[in-house]
Amino acid sequence: MILEAIVFYIFSAVVVGAGVGVIAARNPVHSVLFLILAFFTAAGLFILMGAEFLAFILVIVYVGAVAVLFLFVVMMLDIDFERLRSGFVRYLPVGAGVGLLLLVELVLIFGTWEVAPKRLSSVPVYARARLTNTRALGDILYTRYVFAFEMAGLILLVAMIGAIILTLRHRTEVRRQRIAAQLARTPKESVEVVKVPIGEGA
Amino acid sequence: MAHEALPVLAPAAPEMFLAAAAMALLIFGVTRPNGSARLISWLAAFALVLALLGEFALGGERRVGYYGMFVTDSFSLFMKTLVLLGSALTIVMGLKYNEDRGIARFEFPVLILLAATGMMVMVSANDLIILFVGLELQNVALYVVASFEREGVRSPEAGLKYFVLSALSSGLLLYGISLIYGFTGTTSFAALATLAAGTAAPGIGLIIGIVFVVVGLAFKVSAVPFHMWTPDVYEGAPTPVTAFFSVAPKLAAFALFVRFMIVPFAPFLSEWRQIIVFLSIASMALGAVAGIAQENIKRLMAYSAIGHVGYALIGLAAGTEEGIRGVLVYLSIYFLMTLGAFAVILSMRRNGRMVEGINDLAGLSRTQPALALALAIFMFSLAGIPPTAGFFGKLYVFLAAINANLVGLAVVGVLTSVVASFYYVRIVKIAYFDEPAAPFDRPIAAELKGVLIVTALLTLFFFVHPGPLIGGAKAAAASLFLR
Repeated sequence: MILEAIVFYIFSAVVVGAGVGVIAARNPVHSVLFLILAFFTAAGLFILMGAEFLAFILVIVYVGAVAVLFLFVVMMLDIDFERLRSGFVRYLPVGAGVGLLLLVELVLIFGTWEVAPKRLSSVPVYARARLTNTRALGDILYTRYVFAFEMAGLILLVAMIGAIILTLRHRTEVRRQRIAAQLARTPKESVEVVKVPIGEGA
Repeated sequence: MAHEALPVLAPAAPEMFLAAAAMALLIFGVTRPNGSARLISWLAAFALVLALLGEFALGGERRVGYYGMFVTDSFSLFMKTLVLLGSALTIVMGLKYNEDRGIARFEFPVLILLAATGMMVMVSANDLIILFVGLELQNVALYVVASFEREGVRSPEAGLKYFVLSALSSGLLLYGISLIYGFTGTTSFAALATLAAGTAAPGIGLIIGIVFVVVGLAFKVSAVPFHMWTPDVYEGAPTPVTAFFSVAPKLAAFALFVRFMIVPFAPFLSEWRQIIVFLSIASMALGAVAGIAQENIKRLMAYSAIGHVGYALIGLAAGTEEGIRGVLVYLSIYFLMTLGAFAVILSMRRNGRMVEGINDLAGLSRTQPALALALAIFMFSLAGIPPTAGFFGKLYVFLAAINANLVGLAVVGVLTSVVASFYYVRIVKIAYFDEPAAPFDRPIAAELKGVLIVTALLTLFFFVHPGPLIGGAKAAAASLFLR
């Protein structure tokens, strides 16, 4: 128990520190690296809570895809981050005010939150069955929610078709390597033997 | 450790077929050389008709599948018939236009098929999750077809505009869904209905959730004040896409709207009625007034659509079985006359180019009397002048409103339809009494001609034998109120 608490506080401190690092770092690449650190540590926190599936997803999707994409964008686009950040001090009071308001609202909402203890024991069938939650999700995702799952697949298919239709252009002026055409060439059509008279070749 | 049993798949068989057909046609299209768009369009229309036959084979009997998430009944059969017919006809009607504009690509019918799959799921959704995924499948396909004419300027703009605004409304819808789930602990319509029947008044959290979902759905059916995207998207999108937008997705979204309000939340009628009444009055008023100043016929049809949504909402505001019957009758008649009107618009070609101005119709009666007659029939019907079908559509919703003690709403409906008839009749006046402009190209494409003749005859002679439609709508409405 004490070990869990120690790990929790270490991870939490690192997440908060990395979060501050994201907005405080001068170099945008460092910001993204801090973001990745925050994701990793948050994944650790999820594992601590027993939600290992969320932890995997956080690492695979957010670190593996989203953060790398951010890194690409930051490196490829020529954005003047210094200029974007120039008004930081000027807008600080407004931002702090909005943040305070949100905090008050959240406290108001969660302050009145009541958990019905009876509901907790009646709802989570899978939790009681002592499955890992990856397995529990898989168990219902492909049975009870198979229709929604397949529909989501169709939506992705349509998105892919759409992206191709709207952006693919067959450019005729570009010379592409066509290996089949290259291999199909014969000496007869590619090589010409010319007899050059001796002494007259320029 | 209990494993879940296999879900009941049969009720969704037509949807599965349609999705499989779309993918098969996609592969077929990719492997064929260019220029097979026409063949694939006809195949896609054929697949839609097969799916419709599948729906008829399932029948109007209530079947529940996928652990209660998916339902087919008379209501879904009725709406799916309209949605599938609308999708198939717009694919066929757009053939010539797409070829003229050089955008005849096989992906177009494939996307319409996938959108139709999404719409069928919307109509049959019996769970908030299914509601959302069906809606999104439809939406994503619509974003793409709206910007299908990608070399143009206005079509990508229309697509982008639709995408941004629609994504926002989907966000609101999803937020509403999450609130409903948070305050009730379920996403199933059946469980929500049990819950609603057992409580006297909904909690404030649930009401806010319902309101957010209503806002999202009102956007999809383009009810005022969530209509802003409609005129721009209608004007910018390629005309066959506009025809598609104004028919199939609108009907599907309306079906979803009706099912969402009636099946789980009918006991809270007094709570949500005022919202629907407001949406209805605002839509009718804006549709009537804003249409007057339009010069572009596609834009005019957009305002006309907004107005008609307002009339259909009257039936929903009544909230009774009679009101829902009125909505269904109204929507099917709207379907007929809008499809016909777009067939006329698609025939407006001059020297191989499409024209869209209202004044381009000047003197049509002298250059092409048959087309002018069809146009006049549709315009009179859209205005709601007897004996055309449009009159009966309005009659049923107004009667339902009066029987539900919403006399004021019915009066507003009558007044706005008088105002709106100005711009419909103005088109007839331009076509019949103005000096002829240069004639349109002839001949009209055969598939357009077919749609024109059938819809014009049905619109004009609806009063002779209205029984099947009214009876079907009655059975469909009754199936929603079964407990």
